[in-house]
Amino acid sequence: MSKIAEGLLYSESHEWVRVDGNVAIIGVSDFAQAEMGDITYVEMPDVDDEVSAGEDFGALESVKTSSELVAPVSGRVVARNDELEDKPELINEDAYEAWIIKVEMSDKSELDKLMNAAAYTNIAG
Amino acid sequence: MDNPLKKTCLHDLHVGLGAKMSPFAGFDMPIQYSGIIDEHNAVRHAVGVFDVSHMGEIFVSGPDAESFVNYVFTNDIRPMVPGQILYGMMLYHDGGTVDDLLVYKEFEPQHYLLVVNASNVDKDYAWLREQSEAFDVRLDDQSEAWGQIAVQGPGAETAVKDLLGFPEAANIAFYNFLDLERDGVRVILSRTGYTGEDGFEIYAAPDFIRACWQKLMDGGVKPCGLGCRDTLRFEAGLPLYGDELTADISPVMAGLGMFCKLDKPEFIGKSALEEQKSLGVARKLVGIELEDKAVPRNGYPVELEDGFEVGVVTTGYHSISLEKSLCFALVDSAYAALGTPLWVRVRKRSFPGIVVKKRFYQTKYKK
Repeated sequence: MSKIAEGLLYSESHEWVRVDGNVAIIGVSDFAQAEMGDITYVEMPDVDDEVSAGEDFGALESVKTSSELVAPVSGRVVARNDELEDKPELINEDAYEAWIIKVEMSDKSELDKLMNAAAYTNIAG
Repeated sequence: MDNPLKKTCLHDLHVGLGAKMSPFAGFDMPIQYSGIIDEHNAVRHAVGVFDVSHMGEIFVSGPDAESFVNYVFTNDIRPMVPGQILYGMMLYHDGGTVDDLLVYKEFEPQHYLLVVNASNVDKDYAWLREQSEAFDVRLDDQSEAWGQIAVQGPGAETAVKDLLGFPEAANIAFYNFLDLERDGVRVILSRTGYTGEDGFEIYAAPDFIRACWQKLMDGGVKPCGLGCRDTLRFEAGLPLYGDELTADISPVMAGLGMFCKLDKPEFIGKSALEEQKSLGVARKLVGIELEDKAVPRNGYPVELEDGFEVGVVTTGYHSISLEKSLCFALVDSAYAALGTPLWVRVRKRSFPGIVVKKRFYQTKYKK
């Protein structure tokens, strides 16, 4: 049974969003990391890159599989978690602590399409 | 074709250990227990055990057994002595691969055991039947009756001797086996494996195999799933049927010509291989080492610097033991020489690499 953190928003492709004003902090859910197994590599965009909701912005690699990271919202990348370059396993250790990128949102209404923790339980419980 | 998944004789024990289970070759198999990296390292540095009961066991006997096996098999079994094992392939007439397999020469004259891939048992058995018409042989698919485990790693000999009570294991040379009886049960104990490490494979009736598995668990041997079976065989440069060998990939293309004896009498696929050797093949299997950490996967394109596609990845990993991104790829023969620069497209970007030997990891077999 995977952990689902309260207070976050979730996408169907198992990314989570923590909203901080106009900034969306983005990571992947505990369900996603458990499905992947040992994560060995995180492919991330550069700061100032634009990401679009529904399109991939990077990827996770585990020993066995690759999985694209899909942007839950659109906007400009204002930060990325460079610690994951050398320690991708941080996502396995705590998927809600190990954020991947921060995006300055261009359209906050895109958040309405995401699920709350209770709704996400239905697909990742 | 929605057949229910088959279960090996150890299935409930895997579930009890909390293994992540997944369909493979028609069986519900353990992919991992503690994690692929942890299990992989246990086999490289200590000892691990795999359930390989899904593998097929086809027995061939009768007055023509030797000539029949030699007719369908690429390697030459004539010099074999009882207790010896040979690796090789069965081919179609055009040189494409039916399967890769082990041939065990049993202690009774004109008796052979063919150990084949789980995904190919039915196909292989039908193929053998079809080819056997002109031969006086008996074919017996006993795959359902045998369990099999593989004990692999530098600690394998000690585990098989001390935990399983087979002191004779110490005297078995690599690619040899003993045919034993324990408590009235026939046990085939062979020094073989698919990991690049020393190790043993044990064949016996399901109850005996369950008891062995339990003794190994009690002795602290790490249970290992198909996940690390693939990372281990990959690093050791060993092919997997379906990826590196297929009906379209001959052993010559796969760089396995040393297991095809073109100087022996007629065998199926021989003339096709002779032609491939003299005229050359369009594509060859190579190893590629990437400069970056991006991971090449099955199906990803292999390119030249300008993006021109010259091949495709068959298996790739960020290697656990070597800590770099590596792959096998089938490429145009013009680009197969060691040292050739090649690029692998991983999603939106192409990453530079170089052709290297397929045996990425220095294997540690006991000769």
